[in-house]
Amino acid sequence: MKKLNLKLVVCIAVFSAVSMTACRPKNVGSAVSGDAAKKTYVAPGKYDEFYNFVSGGFSGQMSVYGLPSARLLRVIPVFSVDPEKGWGYSEETKPMLNTSHGFVPWDDLHHVELSQTNGEINGKWVFGNANNTPRLARIDLRTFRTAEIIELPNSAGNHSSPFGTENSEYIVAGTRFSVPADNANGDVAISSYKQNFKGHISFVSINPENGGMNIAFQIKTPGVNFDLARCGRAKSHGWFFFSCYNTEQANTLLEVNASQKDKDFIMAVNWKKAEEYLKAGKGTKVPVKYAHNVYSDETHTATSTIKTEVTVLDASVLKDICYFIPCPKSPHGCDVDPTGEFIVGSGKLAALIPVFSFDKIQKAIADKSYDGEFEGIPVIKYESALYGEVKKPGLGPLHTEFDGKGNAYTSFFVSSEVVKWNIKDLKVVDRVPTFYSVGHLCVPGGNTRKPNPKYLIAYNKITKDRYLPTGPELAQSAQLYDISGEKMQLILDFPTIGEPHYAQALSADLITKNQVKIFKIEDNKHPYATKGEGESKVVRQGNKVHVYMTSVRSHFAPDNIEGVKMGDEVYFHVTNLEQDWDVPHGFAVKGANNAELLIMPGETQTLKWVPEKVGMFPMYCTDFCSALHQEMQGYVRVSPAGSNVPLTFHVGKTASAPEAAK
Amino acid sequence: MRKLLIIISMGAISAFFAGCNSNSGGESTAETTTETPQATTTENGNPSYDPNRGEGKFTKVELGATLDAAMATEGEKVSNVKCSSCHKLTDEKLVGPGWKGVTTRRTPEWIMNFITNTDAMLDKDPAAQAQLEICLVRMPNQSLTNDDARHLLEFMRKNDGVK
Ligand SMILES: [Cu+2]
Repeated sequence: MKKLNLKLVVCIAVFSAVSMTACRPKNVGSAVSGDAAKKTYVAPGKYDEFYNFVSGGFSGQMSVYGLPSARLLRVIPVFSVDPEKGWGYSEETKPMLNTSHGFVPWDDLHHVELSQTNGEINGKWVFGNANNTPRLARIDLRTFRTAEIIELPNSAGNHSSPFGTENSEYIVAGTRFSVPADNANGDVAISSYKQNFKGHISFVSINPENGGMNIAFQIKTPGVNFDLARCGRAKSHGWFFFSCYNTEQANTLLEVNASQKDKDFIMAVNWKKAEEYLKAGKGTKVPVKYAHNVYSDETHTATSTIKTEVTVLDASVLKDICYFIPCPKSPHGCDVDPTGEFIVGSGKLAALIPVFSFDKIQKAIADKSYDGEFEGIPVIKYESALYGEVKKPGLGPLHTEFDGKGNAYTSFFVSSEVVKWNIKDLKVVDRVPTFYSVGHLCVPGGNTRKPNPKYLIAYNKITKDRYLPTGPELAQSAQLYDISGEKMQLILDFPTIGEPHYAQALSADLITKNQVKIFKIEDNKHPYATKGEGESKVVRQGNKVHVYMTSVRSHFAPDNIEGVKMGDEVYFHVTNLEQDWDVPHGFAVKGANNAELLIMPGETQTLKWVPEKVGMFPMYCTDFCSALHQEMQGYVRVSPAGSNVPLTFHVGKTASAPEAAK
Repeated sequence: MRKLLIIISMGAISAFFAGCNSNSGGESTAETTTETPQATTTENGNPSYDPNRGEGKFTKVELGATLDAAMATEGEKVSNVKCSSCHKLTDEKLVGPGWKGVTTRRTPEWIMNFITNTDAMLDKDPAAQAQLEICLVRMPNQSLTNDDARHLLEFMRKNDGVK
């Protein structure tokens, strides 16, 4: 029977390869070979080897796929409200989306970054960036939940973010838009870009024990657009590299005006030096306003604090923090290889890939081998920093990942392909097509000292021809390649949520061993927790009615509430008494102008409900929890304002109880 | 006790083999699955399951001749948080069966194993399965510690009139 199954799988693979040849413009028939399906097949009940954390682009969320099956395991709400989990709807999670601009319900998440120790992924946290209203998020990999969000002052379009150092000392965030600083007068002519617009790079420190984030300092730079970044590692630990475009400092029609120069820059930052200046008090404390939001797994509640100051180091004054390296042309990626020696620049409009040498950069700085300055920042001579160029690799190089075996893999947006090349001799080894317009690539651990080079995933911008049509917009797409051999082999493509902008992956065992399966009810420190049905009650405080409610398979307590009046604000604080893995309960009440709750075992969550009509309002559990799930329900009676119906509540009394008569 | 432990691990091994068989998708799937419950519940000769003790980590529970009031008080606290929403102290069924008389119907080992190893026992214990047919809700694993379980047992004894 096993044999038969395999044959069947092979048959399907062959069939799909043949049928794809029929409709694909490119020669995909040769790109997919007969054993592809077998390589991605993970039998029911078997686990995937890797977790793949994929940015949700304009959805603002992060999705988690198993590899190699590409099964979607989870969508983690980060920067956008999510009714499935009550994220941004429950009273406890609303503060997570608070900013200095108020509550922001939707943002775009572009990059993900896994935390590291000694240049290797440690499985503790994954970070994500909000692009539009600049923020960084930290997701706890024990719970797969967003634990912290910090807003970034002086920034706009937080694209060059989040990228981390090799012990996660810092997660950095470079502004895409240079803008007048928050405390400067922003009411200036847009055409005064060169005088008034500045870039800011934020260095957010990470507490190695609990992951706590803090903006340690910012570096003020000339006004340009920062795109991506990578930290140095091993020998180049202590340095950071940022790609930037629009060194023309244009402010209109950038597709033309920011493509004037033959070369833009990679900015090399000596952050150890910056730390020294910070310690020596060379920073300036600048008034700003930004939100810092933290979610507690003990109180099951987020708090949002507005902070008012940030320390800024000026790169044009502190001369030996920042250096510009010319890089052709509108560079996107600036990726550092596992040894830390090679920095690969990728110009989106360039037809070659420059590879820079860390040793040569150090020597150029020592020798002052400069080509003048750009707004007070030394510009290193291109040839003095260059190791060599990969000639004619393809069109529009974008991002490079590494396999730790001396090879680099670069995505080509314009020619829609992945090119494998040798870092030492800069020769192309292999190339495979993507479908279509590939953006970032991911090799598990591909940005660390020790990549795990079994698979490469390409995240595509456009999906024509890949799946059943779904209206004007098609499913976004990613493609999985086997890179264990000399030749890359396409083995699967799969749809994703939002735009799969960038992703990272890690070995599943780093996560599974630490997984939180329940929240211990004894440790629940929520101020409105109800630890046991005996404590359930309804309390009136003025026009606020607090319902201390419990849920357990298969009933709520209380499940009959009377005496709520028009004009009241009702807070259902629901504590899930279950202590069993994977048994959430839901909570919904008719007419609530809000989402519903989904409460994990041992957790308390609050739904605020303002009744808008007199009458009878059923409430029930929305998550199928047992054979008697449908019976998990109750009623709230709403009376007119000023009515004398007393506040009563109960569970388990019969309809003929005296209260019913009132 | 050593003998018992060995017996338990043999039971685990046979369960493991049964798992292997079904995973490898052998042609005799149906036979394998009908074999499994026989192997674990048979009374004569096959000692892999003891319906008096149940299955779990408790093999011998020492009870005092009189009630340990301090333990019973602790047990009552645990009960209020984790048990009382489904179990009454009388013989009336709520979501689960009432607790009245449970310490006379079941051995201490069975009770403590059941409340700490609920899923496994619901899968194979005939008495637990009979109860499930009445209640139709599988008792949730409430993540009780060994001490919690012992304290609850003492509280159940108090409920049953032990002084
Ligand atoms: Cu439910």
